[in-house]
Formats: sequence, C-alpha cells, structure tokens
Amino acid sequence: MSDWVEIGRLSDIPQRGARCVDTPIGRIAVFRTAADEVYAIEDRCPHKGGPLSQGIVHGAQVTCPLHNWVFSLETGFAQGADEGAVRTFALKRDGERILMDASAILAAAAARIAAE
Amino acid sequence: MTQKLVVVGAGMASGRALEHLFEAAPGAFEVTLFGAEPRGNYNRIMLSPVLAGEKSYGDIVTHDAAWYAENGVACRFGETVTKIDRKRKVVVSKGSETPYDKLLIATGSAPFIIPVAGKDLPGVMAFRDLDDVNAMVEAARKPGAKAVVIGGGLLGLEAAAALKLRGMDVTVLHLMGHLMERQLDPAAGYLLKKELEGRGIKVHVKAQTKAILGDGRVEAVALEDGTIYPADIVVMAVGIRPETRIAVDAGLYVERGIVVSDQMVTSDPDILAVGECVEHENVCYGLVAPLYDMARVAAKTLIKEDAAFRPVETATQLKVTGINLYSAGDFADGDDREEIVLRDASAGVYKRLVLKQNRIVGAVMYGETSDGAWFFDMLRKGTDIAEMRETLIFGQAYQGGSPLDPTAAVAALPDDAEICGCNGVCKGKIVSAITSKGLTSLDDVRAHTKASASCGSCTGLVEQVMKLTLGDSYNPAAVQPMCTCTDLGHDDVRRLIKAKGLKTIPAVMQELEWKTSCGCAKCRPALNYYLVCDWPDEYADDYQSRFINERVHANIQKDGTYSVVPRMWGGVTNAAELRAIADVVDKFNIPAVKVTGGQRIDMLGVKKEDLPEVWADLGKAGFVSGHAYAKGLRTVKTCVGSDWCRFGTQDSTGLGIRIEKFMWGSWTPAKVKMAVSGCPRNCAEATCKDVGVICVDSGFEIHFAGAAGLDIKGTEKLGLVASEEEALEVIVALTQMYREQARYLERIYKWAKRIGYDEIRRQILDDKDRRKAYFDRFVFSQKFAQVDPWSERVSGKDKHEFKPMASVGFAEAAE
Repeated sequence: MSDWVEIGRLSDIPQRGARCVDTPIGRIAVFRTAADEVYAIEDRCPHKGGPLSQGIVHGAQVTCPLHNWVFSLETGFAQGADEGAVRTFALKRDGERILMDASAILAAAAARIAAE
Repeated sequence: MTQKLVVVGAGMASGRALEHLFEAAPGAFEVTLFGAEPRGNYNRIMLSPVLAGEKSYGDIVTHDAAWYAENGVACRFGETVTKIDRKRKVVVSKGSETPYDKLLIATGSAPFIIPVAGKDLPGVMAFRDLDDVNAMVEAARKPGAKAVVIGGGLLGLEAAAALKLRGMDVTVLHLMGHLMERQLDPAAGYLLKKELEGRGIKVHVKAQTKAILGDGRVEAVALEDGTIYPADIVVMAVGIRPETRIAVDAGLYVERGIVVSDQMVTSDPDILAVGECVEHENVCYGLVAPLYDMARVAAKTLIKEDAAFRPVETATQLKVTGINLYSAGDFADGDDREEIVLRDASAGVYKRLVLKQNRIVGAVMYGETSDGAWFFDMLRKGTDIAEMRETLIFGQAYQGGSPLDPTAAVAALPDDAEICGCNGVCKGKIVSAITSKGLTSLDDVRAHTKASASCGSCTGLVEQVMKLTLGDSYNPAAVQPMCTCTDLGHDDVRRLIKAKGLKTIPAVMQELEWKTSCGCAKCRPALNYYLVCDWPDEYADDYQSRFINERVHANIQKDGTYSVVPRMWGGVTNAAELRAIADVVDKFNIPAVKVTGGQRIDMLGVKKEDLPEVWADLGKAGFVSGHAYAKGLRTVKTCVGSDWCRFGTQDSTGLGIRIEKFMWGSWTPAKVKMAVSGCPRNCAEATCKDVGVICVDSGFEIHFAGAAGLDIKGTEKLGLVASEEEALEVIVALTQMYREQARYLERIYKWAKRIGYDEIRRQILDDKDRRKAYFDRFVFSQKFAQVDPWSERVSGKDKHEFKPMASVGFAEAAE
C-alpha cells in the first residue's frame, strides 16, 4: 500500500536546485530541474559519501560536490566512466504539492533493521 | 420525439457541440441557449488580433443571428442562469424557469485575479471577453497611456503585444524566471523576452506583485522588491479557473472542474458538460483543440452514439504577429531521454527536440516553426525516427544536411564588433587587412593589425575570422573547448560575451550556439563568473550555477560538514575576537580548530544547519566572511613590519590590511592569495603568492605569479613603486587584468605564463592610463561585490539552503 505524504511545494525548491528530506534511512535529496521535473534520490554518493543535494544540477543530472561524479536523477546510475548507483524514490506531483511514498521509506527502514 | 436541450454558456465549446448536433440529427432537439455575454458565439481565441487592431469583432463572429434562427435556437443572451433544479429538471434565470430533458453546461472559465490590495480598483481588468477588449482599446486612446500586464503566459503576452501596437507603454510582470515557463524552456524564453524588449515592451521576470496602488482608480503596481510601475490600466492574465458555481450549487460532482466521464456526462446522467469548466481524468483543459474534441463527443452522446473523449497532447503557438514559437509535449530532461538542439544565433533560431527511445516526446521551437506540425504529428503517432535521427532537427524538407558550421557565431558578428580588446581591433578591420594585403598567416595578421598581438587571448577568434575570410585554405589551430556543451574555448567565449553584450546565461547559450539546453557543471560556473566579472552592475548572479562552497559560503568537508573561516584582516586579531571564536566553538561543539596557512582560524566540522547561527554569533563580534571557500580574494598574509621588527622597512601589516579591506569580496577566476613582507627576509613568504609585496627602504617591490601548491614556483618581479598608494593601484590593476582575461579556474601564474610577463608589465606598469582604467573597473565592480554574505544569510537570505524540507517515514510522521 502506498502512503503518499506531502513533503513540500514546488516553490520550496529552487529551479536547478535541491532540498533534503530526513528519513529513518538517512537523508533523501529532492531535486527540481529547470523544466520543473522533480526527482528524489539518496543524498549519499556511493564513491565517498558526498551529499548529492549540494551538487550542481544540469538537465536531469547532478554532479557530486566532492569529486564530480555525475548521476542521473531518473535512474540513479553514475554517468560516464564512473560505476555505481544511488537509490531513487518515487515522487508524485499534485499541482504545486510534492508527495513522497512514506510506506516505501518504512519498508526500506524495516529491511535494514532486519538485515542488522 | 423532440427533446428539450438547454445549453448554459454560449462560447466556443458549446457552439461547436451544437454544430455537430444539428448536422448529425437536425430537429432532434429544441435548443435554448443561455449566454452571460450580451452576444452570441465568437472565436474567443482571436480576441488578441482584435485587441491589436488587426481584426474587427465582425471578423471573429462564428454564429450570427441567421444561423441561430435557421437552427431554431432560442437565444437568451445576456441572461445569466442562476440555478439548476435537478429534481424538477428546470434552469432558473432572472425569475423565469426553463425546463430541460438534457442540459449541457459550458460555462467556461473565469480569469484568476490575484488577491492583492487594490485588485478591485477601476482600471484593473482581465482579458477574457469582448468587453475587456473594448475597455483596453478605450484606455489606449489616451496618448502616452501606460499598461501593466501581470502574467507572462500566452494570454498576457498576446495582450502586451497588442497594447503595444495600440501605442501604449507596456510592462509585463511575470512571477517565474522566464516567460511562458509552462510551454517554453529557458532558452526559448530568453529569445522571446529579447524579441518583446526589442519591440519596446518592458519585461520584469521574478516579479512578485505586492499591491495595486491608486486613489479611486488604478495608478501604479508595486512589487515586493520595491519597484513601482505607473499604470493607467492593469491587465491580469495570470491564469483561469473553471467556472463551476452553478454545478456546485446543483450538487454535481465537482473537483477543480465539473467532473465528466469519457462521454462528457456529469454525475447526473441528464447533464453533460464541455469546455474549460470540466475536469476529465484530473485534467482541466484551456486550449481549443481538446475542447473541440469534447464538443464532438458531447454531440454524439446526446444522440446516443458511441464516442469517448481521450486526453490529447496539445501544442501551443503564440498569436503575436512576427513572433514564431511552437511548443508541444513534454520537454523535461531525463536520463532515458536525449535531446537534439539546433541554435542559429544570427537568425535567432532555437529548436529543441526531446527524444525517448527514438520517439519524439517534446518539441520547443523559436524563430523557425514551420516544421512544428510535422514534429507534432510524429510525436502523437509515436513515429520511430531512428532512420532520420541525424537530420531530423533540420526539418521535413531538409533530409541529408551538412554538419553545423563552427564559425557561425563569429560569422554573425557585425563588422564593428571588437575582437581584440588589448589593441582595440574590430572584426571589419581584420577582414579588410586580410583581403587588401593578401594576408594568409596569423603572424601576418598580428603584424598588420595588432589583433591578438598582446595578451593573445583572442587568438582563437582572430583565427576564426581568418577562416571565414580565407575559406578552407586556412586551418586554425585546434582550440580546447570549454566543455562538451560547446566547441568554443574559454577565451573565445569571454571575448564574445563582451563583443555581443551577452548578459545572461541563456543569452550566452543561445547566441554562442550551445549544444545542450542547460549546460553542465563545468560551463555553468565559468559562465556565471564571466558574467559577474563583465557586467557587475547588470548581471544577476546565478546562484544555482555556483559550486556549493560559494552557495553556502563555507567549505564542504569530506563528511558533508562545513568549515568556517572568519576574516581576520592582515592576520591580526585580539582577545575579544579570540574569545568570540572560543565561545562559538563551545556552543556548537565544533570538533576541530586549526590555524591556516594564510594566518586565519578555521573551525572544522560545523553542521550545515548550524551555519547561520554560527555566523550570527561571529557577526556580533564583528567578524565577516573570510571567503576561504571562494574563487576570490582569500587572505593577505603579513609580517609585523616596521611597527615591531628591528629589520622592518615599511608598515607591512598596515599595507596588508589596507589591500585586504580594499579587495575583499571580489570574485576572481581562481583563488587569489597575497602577502606583504616588511623586508627582504620575507617572513610572510610573499614570493610564492599570487601577488606579493616585499617592502624595501626605497619603496615596495611588487611580485606576482608565484605558486606553492600543485606546482612550486617563485614569483616574477613586476616592478618597484615608491608609495603605498601606488602599490595598491598596481596590485588592484593587475588583479583586474587577471579577472578580465583568465580562464575560469586558471591561477594567476598560469595565466601570466600564457600571456607573457612582459605584456603584463607593459599594461600595468608602463601604460599608466590603462592601469588607471583597470583600477577604475575594479573599484566599480566592488560596489556590487562588497556585501558580507554571512550577515545577508543571518538576515534570512537563502534560508531554504540550511534546513531540510521535511521528515518522512519516522513513526510520528507515518501516523
């Protein structure tokens, strides 16, 4: 069952920018592109843990602020020669409102607790 | 048996529905048509040409009295339906009741009026019907009358262009960053703005309306940023909302619009609805094509034939004479998407196709739109374009074209565009020297024109001019492009920004024919710096094109925390400052404190959320940002000098502080570190800095182009000056020359080596006029740069940067 909760409004995020959402599985970065698309990915670069929310957004990609790895916001995969991926999270738009599926977060958190 | 059909709303959707109905089943219904306007159906989307004076009302009437009579329609124009009584199946208007068997609601939409003070003043109007048009035409009769249009969407811009044609002084206020943001990307929005401004229409983007001012009648519009625009009329064109009041009162199911099925039937089986007042599968429509589809389906449903309305892709065109733009589909970026961008700077053309799995999903075109319908057709049909991928962007008529010409941007320059800034040589002079003197090599051109003979940063451009003039016989040396978004090198881009007067990132990308729509993490910060440097007063810094350190004014560390370095002028501090730092370290549990190589104190491991509070506390002690994160002036390191040292020859500490106070806040291509030593023993290590001063008895030796990082290099001596005054002027002028010429991220020592130490000496020491001009330009730019970024943020600027937007998935949040 999905549980869509509002995490903010489109205008809360600058175009070509990002904001963070705190969750039990760590921070999630929510991006807004120049074309007003929104994407959510794990706020942690698989290379050295850089906060991707702080990177420069270009098209539907972000460049990590620590060592310039580039990630697709849509698939979470590293671009170019780098290999790695971040987890992506589904978002829904309802007009200005941006919604995130809390049940997916809880499921991920539960899976992590089980694994530990 | 004849049924009674009552239609509420005499607009384009219901008009089209009636046409279909009478054609398919003449005489099946006895129709009564109510309309709030005192006239029949006219082509509302042609109101813009009427407002512009290009058409008359008569030209746009779709159904005249004869048509209504012929089809036996009882017209009740100017009569508003106030109520639907579903139980008795009658509609109520002005005290009379009209019975129906079937009811068609087509009440359209109402303009959205933004709720600001003064919105009800006379002179504030919408752009919806003929009465609005007549009121605007009337207002435009007054000579010199001023119109402010709120809303830079389709309707607002059509109104603005038309009012301008009527001779009014027109300003468009638009809330978003670029015009028509729902249909256009920033690149096309830039071209549109440029075109409108060329017609004399003022365009103010990111304009938040605060209030409409006036005493008894509208007089001006005030914005949140303090701007005030005088106005005789204010046209609100910020959007529409479905007109659903009678449907709500009648208890029909209404969300944003009146909810209808695929058959256009509302929650009451005898009531249908079409047009802008309806909502179908969560979508309300405002463009005419889907409304006509609804009309066709509603007519079929009324005569009990099968039909279904399906959501459709819509394309947008702006109906302003002389402006060609076209937008269709979804043009957002995405990883599984590719884009093809074609820019022709000289013709002002921008075309962008967004592809997904070899199918067109979006198209934006500006300047040249003749292939719009062709692209749109393939978009709707999902045509596989793999076969024509290479030539697709050139359009239908052009299959099999030549590759793009890399010299196009230079070809588009006018003859009087300056190519060589050092020697003031324009394009025309180079071309005429080549042709009249038969020049064939770069050295010849340099010898005869002096173009690129000084700093050499315009070499690439001079070579492109040569290639244009000499044709394929000339092969310029390969230039390293800035990034994969362009074929131009940094120097070419810098020269062209000046020569073409480009003042925004979208302007640079369009005029220099960028190959991507949004740039990348390499070119965007560089362009932002070039624009900040070249147009300090006019360019609005693009925050999202800055690296994180310059966005939050602290240094990001490996664990995502930040380090904070307050400015400590000349490396001098005192007990009060040290105490304040100690207090901040205690209060925020800052894990590490370190003295830097530049004689400053670094607090490491500060959490991002704490930054504004840390700055607030430091600010109370008098600290400002140390810019330890900036591509800008970092530190001026000093020794104690003649105040204390038995060898000191001058007040090196005082000069260091003076330089730092004069130059802090300036942005430079890469970081700039300076030092002042009070004697040749050089305790401040000035001879490995970007700029260093060695004080001697006779004055001040100015050094530059040292390095003590990736490379180690002693400085070059620029020269000796006698006074502190002169030392400051030389250092500032040198820095400004570097600011204007270097490539982004190029340190002074690399720049200086590239253009030659002698050339720098010639411009800064020998040529006093040029030195003064560099100095003056630096001073001018400092007027806009010397603002403490920390105190701005303590006061609330960019506060969104420092706080998470939300929490999700914690126990309490999931309840």
